[in-house]
Amino acid sequence: MDTLLLARAQFAFTSIFHFFFIPLTLGLSIFTAILETAYVKTGNEKYKHLTKFWGTLFLINFAVGVVTGIVMEFQFGMNWSAYSRFVGDIVGVPLAIETLLAFFIESTFIGVWVFGWNKLPKALHAASIWIVALGSTLSAFWILVANSFMQSPVGYKMAANGSQVEMIDFFALLFNPSLWKQFPHVLAGGVVTAGFLVIAVSAWHLGRETKERNAFETSLKFGAIYAFIGTMLVVLAGHAQMQNLLTTQPMKVAAAEALWESENPASFSLFTIGDEEGLKDVFSIRVPGMLSFLAYNTFKGEVRGIKNLQKEYAVQYGPGNYIPSIVTAYWSFRFMVGAGTLMLFVSLLALYKVIKENYTFSPLVGALLFWSLLLPWMANTSGWILAEMGRQPWIVFGLLKTEKGVTPASVVSSSELIFSLAVFVVIYAALAGTDFFLLKKYASAGIDTEE
Amino acid sequence: MDLQTLWFVIIAFLFISFFVLEGFDFGVGILLPFMSRDDRERRAVINTIGPFWDGNEMWLISAGGAMFAVFPKWYATLFSGFYLMLILMLVALIFRGVAFEFRSKHESPAWRNFWDWSIFGGSAIPALLWGIAIANFMRGVPIDSSMNATGGLLNLLNPYALLCGVTSLLIFSLHGAIFLALKTTAALKEKAMSLARKLWAPATLLCIIFMACTVTETDLYLRLGINPGTVPVFSVLALVSVIFMLQKNAAGWAFAMTTVAIAFSTITIFMGLYPRVLVSSLNPAWSLTIYNSSSSLYSLGIMSIVAMIFIPIIMIYQGWSYWVFRQRVTVDSELEY
Ligand code: HDD
Ligand code: HEM
Ligand code: HEM
Repeated sequence: MDTLLLARAQFAFTSIFHFFFIPLTLGLSIFTAILETAYVKTGNEKYKHLTKFWGTLFLINFAVGVVTGIVMEFQFGMNWSAYSRFVGDIVGVPLAIETLLAFFIESTFIGVWVFGWNKLPKALHAASIWIVALGSTLSAFWILVANSFMQSPVGYKMAANGSQVEMIDFFALLFNPSLWKQFPHVLAGGVVTAGFLVIAVSAWHLGRETKERNAFETSLKFGAIYAFIGTMLVVLAGHAQMQNLLTTQPMKVAAAEALWESENPASFSLFTIGDEEGLKDVFSIRVPGMLSFLAYNTFKGEVRGIKNLQKEYAVQYGPGNYIPSIVTAYWSFRFMVGAGTLMLFVSLLALYKVIKENYTFSPLVGALLFWSLLLPWMANTSGWILAEMGRQPWIVFGLLKTEKGVTPASVVSSSELIFSLAVFVVIYAALAGTDFFLLKKYASAGIDTEE
Repeated sequence: MDLQTLWFVIIAFLFISFFVLEGFDFGVGILLPFMSRDDRERRAVINTIGPFWDGNEMWLISAGGAMFAVFPKWYATLFSGFYLMLILMLVALIFRGVAFEFRSKHESPAWRNFWDWSIFGGSAIPALLWGIAIANFMRGVPIDSSMNATGGLLNLLNPYALLCGVTSLLIFSLHGAIFLALKTTAALKEKAMSLARKLWAPATLLCIIFMACTVTETDLYLRLGINPGTVPVFSVLALVSVIFMLQKNAAGWAFAMTTVAIAFSTITIFMGLYPRVLVSSLNPAWSLTIYNSSSSLYSLGIMSIVAMIFIPIIMIYQGWSYWVFRQRVTVDSELEY
């Protein structure tokens, strides 16, 4: 079997799995820090119990984020050695800075926080979880510096012999316009994820006669506000990201919309069944002018279609197929935006309940608040699938094709890749099962008031 | 000193920190099954490294990240060339990492036993593999003219490398036993001391045999000169001296000596390699050096500024965290975890 295909499958599998845990780490570290700050400020034991409750869930989730992250760090060299040689000069730098700046503080202070409850003054202990939260946020920032370079390269020059790219302006990387759309979107995605988990678990407890009802009312209140703010931000930032893509990667936008021909004004697809071979619609429902509105904030303006872009790219980059998988791009975008829209309604509903101080739910509302838990995961995963698969055939947009980045088969053979992929699938499945079992156990056990 | 050399030194420093710090927590993990069968005692053993192991592991992650940034070709050749070995190490680190978190989260004895053995395996396997990897750095791997290392796993598992693997396994165990003696009390402390005394002889013996083999198997001493200098000699002397300190029950000094032994052996290896980072067994001209595998001077400059500012800061707060948890862990002390 083709090593390229296997390496891609392995990268996709391991990074999607890593990112199953990361958004919750991002969002829940900040949430736990807020709760502990409330405890330090008010001295109210309720906040301490909540801190410990959410902190335990945070730690169970965090452990898997850490161990799957180690795989990520090594994988570029293992499966993508040609890519690593080509972009190490640039992509390696933010990754290395991430380890020195983010991972160290995170991993050191998480130890301080877990074992320091009775050893540190209250305020210092609360500060340590804030530092952990800062570490996660910095970690997301630096990894996205690397990723946004791959999406939209800036601050580089091609080496004289064309064998690698070299950094010429570090600050251009830090102020990459793509980064400043991507980072808020991803961070807000983390806030949303934690917010919906908090809403779901709190609503679940409130629907039962569990002890510590009052604490869960508080946690629902915090969670609803948190989720609402997060959802607003994620949708706004996503909109900005889409507009940015029109200049950096118009093909991704066209694929996400299944827009075969350039249109002015361009219509937004609600539901399309397309023919990827013939590059045409089989069936489509479209809102006229809507895509132009999303792109330019007015109902006119040209959005280029797949066929035109293919022709333009062939002129610019040489002959070849520059069209990513349209089914994947189209449906991952629909899943993300669909989930985002639903989440906006659900967080509003939760907020309404909280404002009315009405904590008894009909079975329907209870079920809605609970099952919405799945939406952020759906949006996060499909968002990354859109971002990464929509960039194909490029691994670094415009500079290196994915097929050129993979480790040669003489170094890592397809049988070795099949072996490693199988190992990761088996172990990660077991990890997911165990982690889910523990999260469920501790989430349903409720708040422990005994010390 | 040019920037490439500076970075060679920094990466050597990252590896030294990794071997010294993670060395003792690997050792504690390896000794866990032999320290006690009682759950409370095992918990105390694990808690000696509980707050530290993740921070210690970061020295490895940052060494990997730094290699990617400053010597991308070293990173690419090494990580792809040692593929299956790395997969094995990743699996070990995965089990070990979650074990610390998961073990105490469920009461059943079978569950705890499983995670305790994961900590054991997850510590022993990397301790062994790092020895194997280091020996191959020095001995050389088949790197071709386009910097691809094509030997595969079997080529890495040569007797010389295996010897180095067992040596590093024993030295880390010894280092861990002494650390346990420093961090525990009463019965656990006695047990750790007696394990350390037992481990000393085989660890020292293998280390000396390995050094002798290095003369024939590699060009290391050729490069360092007939008189290898004070560094490797110090490292052996430090290891030899450990037994005297153990007999005097001076665990603190013994720990300082294993630290010196580990640090100085790592320095020896890097000195012997310089300016190469990976030796080609096919043709010396195809070896990777700090010059043909490095990033542009601009990237090296940025990374130098970052490292010069942040590595000292990291050392300060990591040192602080060791100070916060400086007390010995007792079986009766409050075990948060
Ligand atoms: C809770 C999570 C969540 C929600 C509700 C949304 N997204 Fe999203 N989206 C992500 C989580 C996410 C993500 C996982 O974080 C991605 C993957 C890559 C990235 O930068 O963020 C992403 C990527 C991503 C991309 C691709 C960026 C690229 O390729 O560079 C676009 C265009 C959008 N999003 C747009 C939207 C819009 C218009 C939304 C409106 C509802 C939306 N997203 C909701
Ligand atoms: C954690 C969130 C991420 C997820 C879920 C994710 C997802 C994916 C997926 C699904 C692919 C496969 C694309 C394909 O096979 O067509 C991929 C490829 C890739 N991504 Fe990401 N990605 C993430 C973040 C990143 C970041 C931050 C970087 C860079 C630093 C990165 C670098 C790569 C590389 C090198 C490939 C391999 C080449 C390719 O197949 O395109 N990814 N990723
Ligand atoms: C695809 C490239 C990625 C690489 C190479 C990578 C690397 C790593 C590594 C090595 C860890 C473990 C740190 C530890 O042991 O403490 C980790 C964890 C983490 N990563 Fe990733 N990651 C990737 C993608 C992402 C993305 C896209 C994000 C966020 C947007 C992210 C955010 C985090 C966070 C918050 C953690 C939490 C655990 C910690 O830092 O200790 N990572 N990652």
